[in-house]
Amino acid sequence: MLEVKNLCVKAAGQEILRGVNLSVKAGEVHSIMGPNGSGKSTLAQVLAGRDSYEITAGEVTFQGQDLLELAPEDRARQGVFLAFQYPVEIPGVSNTYFLRASLNAIRKARGEEEISAMDFLGLVREKMALLKMDESLISRPVNEGFSGGEKKRNEVFQMAVLEPCLAIMDETDSGLDIDALKIVAEGVNRLRDENRAFIVVTHYQRLLDHIVPDYVHVLSAGRIIRTGDSGLARELEERGYSWLTEGNSEVVTSGEAV
Amino acid sequence: MPTDTERIHEIADQEYKYGFYTDVEADSIPPGLDESVVRLISAKKEEPEFLLEWRLKAYQHWLTLSEPKWPNVDYPTIDFQGIVYYSAPKGQGDGPKSLDEVDPELLETYKKLGIPLEEQELLAGVAVDAVFDSVSVATTFKDKLGELGIIFCSFSEAVREHSALIQKYLGSVVPYTDNFYAALNSAVFSDGSFCYIPEGVRCPMELSTYFRINAKNTGQFERTLIIAEKGSHVSYLEGCTAPMRDENQLHAAVVELVTHDDAQIKYSTIQNWYPGDDEGKGGIYNFVTKRGKCLGVNSKISWTQVETGSAITWKYPSVLLLGDNSIGEFYSVALTKKRQQADTGTKMIHVGKNTRSNVVSKGISAGHGQNTYRGLIKIGKGAKGARNYTQCDSMLIGDQCGAHTFPYIEVKNSTAHMEHEASTSKIGEDQMFYCQSRGLSAEDAVSMIVSGFCKEVLKQLPMEFAVEADRLLSVNLEGSVG
Repeated sequence: MLEVKNLCVKAAGQEILRGVNLSVKAGEVHSIMGPNGSGKSTLAQVLAGRDSYEITAGEVTFQGQDLLELAPEDRARQGVFLAFQYPVEIPGVSNTYFLRASLNAIRKARGEEEISAMDFLGLVREKMALLKMDESLISRPVNEGFSGGEKKRNEVFQMAVLEPCLAIMDETDSGLDIDALKIVAEGVNRLRDENRAFIVVTHYQRLLDHIVPDYVHVLSAGRIIRTGDSGLARELEERGYSWLTEGNSEVVTSGEAV
Repeated sequence: MPTDTERIHEIADQEYKYGFYTDVEADSIPPGLDESVVRLISAKKEEPEFLLEWRLKAYQHWLTLSEPKWPNVDYPTIDFQGIVYYSAPKGQGDGPKSLDEVDPELLETYKKLGIPLEEQELLAGVAVDAVFDSVSVATTFKDKLGELGIIFCSFSEAVREHSALIQKYLGSVVPYTDNFYAALNSAVFSDGSFCYIPEGVRCPMELSTYFRINAKNTGQFERTLIIAEKGSHVSYLEGCTAPMRDENQLHAAVVELVTHDDAQIKYSTIQNWYPGDDEGKGGIYNFVTKRGKCLGVNSKISWTQVETGSAITWKYPSVLLLGDNSIGEFYSVALTKKRQQADTGTKMIHVGKNTRSNVVSKGISAGHGQNTYRGLIKIGKGAKGARNYTQCDSMLIGDQCGAHTFPYIEVKNSTAHMEHEASTSKIGEDQMFYCQSRGLSAEDAVSMIVSGFCKEVLKQLPMEFAVEADRLLSVNLEGSVG
């Protein structure tokens, strides 16, 4: 589904990604872990089409197409979804209005009819129940006045409504309490199927206890330096990253500083 | 793949769709202004003596004034002798006739503007007075309104048919001595709308005036006067467009509103005069004095304006709160793009006890647009328990535009409650990217963000017009993403 080859990216003149290779097949869940500043969020944003980065080398194909050639809205219409690390507020625009416009834009691009107001309401109710969201969040302006946790839950709610092929989740777990984390993970697990893939960017093993990944990649200084299964995440939780980044030094930390 | 910045710029450069010109034979006088021109206009309208005298006094006073230079706008000095002060489509000079007699060219013009004057085609529940250059060419639903005792007609007709009311109220809110443009308007105004709502009557439909400037080098100087008697209610809306021309044209209007005890006037404006081209060539100079007087107790005047056109906008719809417990409101969206400049805001003058005012201003600047909010809240000595809430938000689209705020507050009574909130935001790449990553195009993203920003103001407009205003904002922003 997604092939990233030798992706090199600069931001403000600085090299952030230095040749990332990643291959994601339908049905898989890939987790990207790594220390602060290793380029995890940059990778997520570049895949979604953020234009403040300069792509200096490499290629990305998504379902056989050159992803980097597509505008962000076209990527979304083809089924790429980014759950933001910092969801953005849009004052005065209701959450439902926004989501319906979004769903219809995607449906239109697929040659489908716009969803009727009644059907949309039904869909929204169903997904809200899944994520145990407070009904008031849906009529409030997009992310405005939402708590950190509500914002993150709203991202997963949008994802559940839009049903993307490739969902990229950028630190969706940070800012969530344990109960909210379980609910969000449950929302994601319900969406897992053989046609859909996930890239889950996280700092913590905690989320991966609930969303069990097929692959765990460690990104460090702009390169993937280790790939393993979910066992790797547990090892990182125990030993930190330094044993990977500094050769075999035996420094043991309890994970990355919060 | 174009960047967001490039796309925001594209979206701001949308063409003006009302820029066509109607070829009708006009009865125009030569350009220039002196006492004989004032007399000529008055004579053409067969006005009573009191009005001619008033005009002449205004003209004499105007000669003593100079153009105000304090607004935060920049334009070359206007040649007041180069302007045509009266132009009427031929055969329309003596006021509106029945619709069958209106020149079909004119009916067609208004139809093209989306304002069909045939009553059966009109939006149900909206009566229209159509002002073309210097004269009113048609007023709809007059008979139906007449049954309720409501007078809705052109200003010229009101002078002929209801001269006692004109004599009583003309200049009672905006005297000819008020300012340079009000004095000029008082001397040379040619037409406008008049409306009178009798005691206890709730006007059953929206009243509206549609202003169209057509002739070249012509100034439009109209007056609107609305009187709401005790316990009456009216909602009034004005719209404006003009052809695209390389020369600037002057529009200097005066609007006066009076509410008696328990009466309410809601006055909405959707201003879409030609804004000029990308380099700032052409466009309307919109220098307007609008003021309402809450004369009676518990009365209310509410201004709502959506200002998207004009090269320069200079207007401060204000409310004089005389009656105890009276309420003044001002809701404004001002959009400047290309080289447009707007200096707009309000004055709320609290005189009566427990008077309240509410000000919500939303300024949007795109392209090279400059947007200024200027407001005065004045609480007089006797205005015990007065309250004001002001909210003043600016949004910047791109990095070539500007937003400025000049709030003045004068409080002479210590029991007053004043609140002022202000914010400036930039349509950020973050917001754009967020919307786009959900499948929305850059254009849809900008119009969604802007209409969310303006929501508090747009919801004040009558339903049909709120939709129109929202559409107008997004059309105006097409091409300005950045």
